[in-house]
Amino acid sequence: MNAQIRNVYGLFILLFALLVGFTSYWAVLDAKGLEDNPDNRRALIEEQTIPRGLIFARDGRTRIAANRAENRGDARVFVREYPQGGLFAHPIGYSFLRNGRRSLEQSRNDELAGEENEFESIFAGLEGRDREGSDVVTNLDVAGTEAAVTGLAERKGGVVAIEPQTGKVRVMVSIPEYDPNLIPTDFRALDTDPDKPTFNRTTQELYPPGSTFKVVTATAALDTGKVTPETIIDGSSPKEISGVALANSGGQSFGPISFTDGLTNSVNTVFAQVGERVGPATLVEYMKRYGFFADPELDYPSFQMIPSGIRRNGTQYVQDGFDAGRVAIGQGGSEGAVEATPMQMALVAAGIANGGRLMKPRLTDRIVGKDGRVKERIEPDLQSEVMKPETAAQLTEMMSRVVEEGTGTAAALSGVRVAGKTGTAEVGANREFTQPWFICFAPVENPRLAVAVTLERQPAGSQGGTVAAPIARDVLEALLGGGL
Amino acid sequence: MSARTRELFGLIPVSLLVAAGFASVLATRTEEVSDATLTYGAVFLGLCVIAHLFIRARLPDADPYLFPLAALLAAIGLVLIYRIDPEFAREQAQWFVVGLVFFCATILAIHDHHVLERYRYTIAAVGIALLAMPRLPGIGEQIHGAFLAIKLGPIQFQPAEFAKLAIIVFLASYLRETGDILVRARLRPLPATNQLLLFGLPAVGTVLAILVLGLGPAGSALLVVFVASLVAVLRERPSPKHFGPLLLVWGLAMLMLIFIRDLGSSLMFFGGFLVLLYVATSRLSLVGVGATMFFGGAFFLARNVNHVQERVDIWIDPFKPGVVNDEGYQIAQSLFAQADGGLFGQGFGEALISFGGTSLLPAAHTDLIYAVLVNEAGLFGAAGVLGAYLLFAYRGFKTATVAPDGFSKLLAVGLTAVFALQVFVIVGGVTRVIPLTGVTLPFVSYGGSSIVANMVLLALLLVVSDHARADRIRRGGLV
Repeated sequence: MNAQIRNVYGLFILLFALLVGFTSYWAVLDAKGLEDNPDNRRALIEEQTIPRGLIFARDGRTRIAANRAENRGDARVFVREYPQGGLFAHPIGYSFLRNGRRSLEQSRNDELAGEENEFESIFAGLEGRDREGSDVVTNLDVAGTEAAVTGLAERKGGVVAIEPQTGKVRVMVSIPEYDPNLIPTDFRALDTDPDKPTFNRTTQELYPPGSTFKVVTATAALDTGKVTPETIIDGSSPKEISGVALANSGGQSFGPISFTDGLTNSVNTVFAQVGERVGPATLVEYMKRYGFFADPELDYPSFQMIPSGIRRNGTQYVQDGFDAGRVAIGQGGSEGAVEATPMQMALVAAGIANGGRLMKPRLTDRIVGKDGRVKERIEPDLQSEVMKPETAAQLTEMMSRVVEEGTGTAAALSGVRVAGKTGTAEVGANREFTQPWFICFAPVENPRLAVAVTLERQPAGSQGGTVAAPIARDVLEALLGGGL
Repeated sequence: MSARTRELFGLIPVSLLVAAGFASVLATRTEEVSDATLTYGAVFLGLCVIAHLFIRARLPDADPYLFPLAALLAAIGLVLIYRIDPEFAREQAQWFVVGLVFFCATILAIHDHHVLERYRYTIAAVGIALLAMPRLPGIGEQIHGAFLAIKLGPIQFQPAEFAKLAIIVFLASYLRETGDILVRARLRPLPATNQLLLFGLPAVGTVLAILVLGLGPAGSALLVVFVASLVAVLRERPSPKHFGPLLLVWGLAMLMLIFIRDLGSSLMFFGGFLVLLYVATSRLSLVGVGATMFFGGAFFLARNVNHVQERVDIWIDPFKPGVVNDEGYQIAQSLFAQADGGLFGQGFGEALISFGGTSLLPAAHTDLIYAVLVNEAGLFGAAGVLGAYLLFAYRGFKTATVAPDGFSKLLAVGLTAVFALQVFVIVGGVTRVIPLTGVTLPFVSYGGSSIVANMVLLALLLVVSDHARADRIRRGGLV
């Protein structure tokens, strides 16, 4: 019998090993998955019992997110409130027990909730410190944000403003906005609203960039030496590109003109030829340097960002086989059309403005402990060297001509030289709407700000130069105000 | 060092653990360590020393590790329960005292466990009656769809905890007597044609059945194992009359599934039965027949009894929308709590049990106490407790191997197996190895019936151990 008893004991050792194995799986191996389960409210509940860090605008005084204490049964909890209402809804988001978190409230959650690593929390326990959240000071500017909201005037669209040298995101506005204070009561209505107010159009929506994309084509062409600003190219219209006739805006025929004049007047046929000369591989290479084909390297949740790029049927990203001539002018065909977020186009402007050195965009400036000590400062960080400084200088000169005498004169500021590029894509089943764009930076001599503006489904005839450029000018004015 | 002195020394770390555990919980609660913690440790040590002196007097040769291991588990349980609700802990401490009284009474009453053999049919009847009690109108109580408890006035009582002892005593006694007859080899070489018939017919039949019934891979495997085991059993041509009681136990387990509607306790009882059957007959084929019949029956019932089916569905996907915050809430929250534990846990007294009036760990002090343990003591703490159970099982099986006679061996094996199976059923349920059912974690979970029944189980094991080891020492086989 003893042999059988030993076998039985062996069986129990196996059974208990199975128990230890499953415990390891839940407690350690799959712990992250369980913590991220949307039905797991433990972390949120624990966080509610400690005051969450505040979120400030760039001035360090304007409260974007604060807390109020409430009693729930026998427990005292802190509930988020947003004193600025919807003004910063898209960059900051919300954090509520039942609705979860979005935007910066999600991406900076560890700091705001005072999450510490295992060793830090042991020390905190020894010192008798309570867990507490740190404050976040953002780069967001109140006046600039207000100017963007006023400028869009309730028309759907997005505005992004970035400091080229540092990557600081000074304005991120998406219209329509929503009041995060209403999330606990109206979440379902807001989330199913056909106007998508909880959707951040600056990072989550892809639009045809139209002629603003010619700047990217010009970067590739100039930087690889395929053309110079003085190269003469035939700007007649229409012209056969990939076997199909392509016309200029309004059918205007320019004849042989310089590459600079081609950009000033946004001549489609010139850029389509340049695009074919550059070729699809080089074009994709330069797009990647600008950050296309990947999420922006922004301190923002990845589920609220989408990569810009060339897509087939509006779903599948493609990097070859597309019509380079039509992609070069910000359009495309069934084999792939270029689409971009407002954030991506702001990064294109910022990359040129900073002499070809593209900095990673940042919503956060610094993390400040409850004792007022700066725990972390987000230093400027290079994302990529897009082009040679000389190329950037050439592009800057060409883009300033656009504002001085070309399609973008509405963005001109008195006393400050602005460089920019307009864009107007036709959208809708019968091309009955337009997608006006304007990207720019200023001052030309020492750029301190890069801006991208776009509006969604505007009535036919709305041009980037007439609809989007004035908004960019207002934002520039509000942000550069003191330095004019 | 004598066995009893080893036992006494084993109790010292247990008391330190109680004191440290209470200190840690109180520190989290009030931010100061009061003398109360030392008092708790001292009282616990005092009780254990009294029990130890009793064992020293009555069972001088009994295994020295079983009692300290049980005390360790009870101590961990007290700390965890205190952390959930001090009122529960006070009651649990009282039940611990009652349990010690029953422990001593059992040792006094059953001087020699062989007397139990004489009353085996009475004991079996009592066991079956206990199992049936929760279904009686008036006193029976349905909890989460299962019939496991009865209510007599203010006292709630879990008869299954005691029934497991009665059934094991009966089976050990019955199998000691019939184990040999069941498998007595009457093997004469069969003529070749009969051989062909014996192996060929079932093989063809099985294949046909799989094809005709359209069984899936699990069903087919079950059927193949069943037929193969059955053939192996029939090859020895055992006498049919001795299989009556075995079929009875199988039927009982199925009836438990139907009437008590509890997969976990059925698994525990039937598992204990199969272990005893295997040890008594050393025939895996019998276990194969029994196990496949059990799983087949369970499978059938899971398809046809709503309550059982629901439990199985929750087990397969507790996170399904619509389930996760309803029927699957308990197991889902159990897993979430374990995920918060990590390697080292959050520390005693830190687990988040309820918030603003809603429970985050339903039945934290009974069903889900293991989840609380993982949350507060982490994977290492939980593995330590499982290790303590495994050591307990080791000492139990060790007792069986040194026991001189069949009944002692089977009794020790049965008690140990049913104890360890109970741990597997509840911990397996909490960690989603098997569907979650409402049995207690022995010595750790809150519950008077559980503490008292397991104290009696420990007393019986020690009685067997004392006899076995005294016998060995007399014969000079154990130093």
